[in-house]
Amino acid sequence: MGTATRRGSRPRVAFFSFASCEGCQLQVLSVEDRLLDLLGQVEIVNFREAIDDRRDDYEIAFVEGAIVKPGDVEELLAIRERARILVALGACACQGGINAIRNRLPVARAADLVYGGRRDGVFAALPEATPLHALVTVDYRVPGCPIDRDEFLEAVRSLLAGTVPSLPPHAVCVECTLRENGCLLERGLPCLGGVARAGCGAVCPAWGAPCEACRGFHDDPNFEGLGEAFYRAGLPRSLAAEKLELFNNWKEFRERWERALPSTSTT
Amino acid sequence: MGKSASINVHHVTRVEGHGNIVVDLVDGELVRCDLEIVEAPRFFEVLLRGRPAEEAPRITCRICGICSVGHATASIQAVEDALGIRPGPKTRKLRRLNMCGEWFQSHVLHVAFLVAPDAFGAPSVIPLAESHPGVVKLALRLKGLANEVCYTVSGRHVMPISYLPGGMGRWPTAAELERLHRLLVDARADVDALVDLFTGIEWPELHRECECLAALDDDGAYPMMGGPIHSSLGRTWPPHRYRDAVEEYLVDHSAAKHARGRAGSIRVGALARYRLAHELLGWRAQRAADALGLDPETTNPFHYNLAQVVETVQAHEEAISLVEELLEDPAPEERAPVTRARGGEGFGIAEVPRGTLYHHYAIGPDGRIERANCIIPTGQNLAAIEDDMRVFVPALLDLPEEEIAHRLEMLVRAYDPCISCSVHLLDVRFLRGGRRNAADGEGGGG
Repeated sequence: MGTATRRGSRPRVAFFSFASCEGCQLQVLSVEDRLLDLLGQVEIVNFREAIDDRRDDYEIAFVEGAIVKPGDVEELLAIRERARILVALGACACQGGINAIRNRLPVARAADLVYGGRRDGVFAALPEATPLHALVTVDYRVPGCPIDRDEFLEAVRSLLAGTVPSLPPHAVCVECTLRENGCLLERGLPCLGGVARAGCGAVCPAWGAPCEACRGFHDDPNFEGLGEAFYRAGLPRSLAAEKLELFNNWKEFRERWERALPSTSTT
Repeated sequence: MGKSASINVHHVTRVEGHGNIVVDLVDGELVRCDLEIVEAPRFFEVLLRGRPAEEAPRITCRICGICSVGHATASIQAVEDALGIRPGPKTRKLRRLNMCGEWFQSHVLHVAFLVAPDAFGAPSVIPLAESHPGVVKLALRLKGLANEVCYTVSGRHVMPISYLPGGMGRWPTAAELERLHRLLVDARADVDALVDLFTGIEWPELHRECECLAALDDDGAYPMMGGPIHSSLGRTWPPHRYRDAVEEYLVDHSAAKHARGRAGSIRVGALARYRLAHELLGWRAQRAADALGLDPETTNPFHYNLAQVVETVQAHEEAISLVEELLEDPAPEERAPVTRARGGEGFGIAEVPRGTLYHHYAIGPDGRIERANCIIPTGQNLAAIEDDMRVFVPALLDLPEEEIAHRLEMLVRAYDPCISCSVHLLDVRFLRGGRRNAADGEGGGG
């Protein structure tokens, strides 16, 4: 131990990781120039990816990853019980993320395809990959795949100041327009920017890839309108549904878009 | 009567992902010596099935945040191979530049954040920041530089965006490249300082001969973008015969598949590349290797750390050259066309920071992925790590169990395992006479 210089006054913070690529923790480490400032304002008591110390007396828990295997649920419940504030980091924690794509198959079938049917011991998996809020109360979310560094820092600042971190209520399309990217749908690319929550600066369209709604939906998404826009762009409506499966296949979200955009996916 | 020991490290720290070390020594006989991989199964092969091929780089880069450029690289190459697409020379340069950024980022993160605390006697990077602030500030500057490279090429480092079949979705402007060039050149002193930092450090003595594998680039460059697979035992395989070089198999204690070569366990990654291709390094990297005293024939896995420092220098110098070459003609390159629209099988190999990464897809006539197979470097090294532990543990028996556990964690860490990639988690448990410690399943074992 022996990490802190002014122990006592700083909020104790912990990072946890469930099924994910740990890229959101990496984004946290990527705040480079501001990392040392940040470390001066909080006391990190648990961050397995970077430090050896492990303590359970944290107040704020940042949790990345989806819940996918036996034991995950109990671990998450224990974190929830200890933490005063629980923040979901990234698409896996907020929406199930790409982990939830496999929910379209029974887990036994998925295990057949990848692990020769083994589902015992280390190969055990829950029937569905699940976002955190389906199991515990999530106080705040920092969405995205990966999270945006600045948005993460802003959330930390808000929490330290005792205010509520907020997310932009509008669509990625708004940021894309401000950035003068030019509309990807108009170029025939299957872009979900019309229903996706802004805050990323429309970074994917700016680098030539369509928005895949990794940050989830904005406050008032119009899925019929999205299907219509795809149709006008010469793309099948079913393609919109298929793209939505990538980051928003968790049943709660799927139910929302599937009413307007029946999926034809059968894999 | 020989000695008995039971070591049980739950969730090894300072590695990417979750894993446990379990050692059980009874009367001088090593009953168990496992690196348990308890990462959650994520079924990536299932996630890819039926998806449009152009999504593959964006889906597979999510296997691992720290290796995301490597996955995107292997993935786009597999897609292009299947569809008969041959990207132009400038596209290949831009992609190699991004790989340099990822090598640099990943190696600096490993040696300076995860390994340096052991080298400087600090429990982790946060106390290191207090005892050796210069080291941590240097590391943060270098890591930030790597982010700049990847940001310029692909929008961000974690989950690169612009990988499209045949080309790149956005081309950096001349001004962006010039800025990057300045940043890279200005960092030469920092890179030299990193080499100085690791010069003269004593590593534990552990020598074990083991087959090394690396895919060497066709054009004689230091291995990075894939090509024929070479073995230190003298054999060579073309990419599509990768299964002859590496055979995967399941073990009960690992959610990551293990792999073996023709003669048992294999090593891949910085040390294997250095062994097979050290003469292809640029002069600055060669000079660093000399300063660090890194012998191409070394069989000590702790020297992975040194090989990574050497490759950090290599990635940095290559990045400078690539930016200069791209600046000679900064106009965007057209995307190369599909020449085999009916699809087929495609093989993509990349030498990522931790070793040889294989992506193998079958793409149908509808442009969708029918089957996918990925072989991950960390999975390939797992059997070698366990073989190393079997040689290492008997030499450590006079030490307290806590110290044995610490040395074993250092060994595992030297390989820079990425357990997210291999599935994903690392933990050391010592068992005594086959019984797990009471702490089993709790954090902070050992």
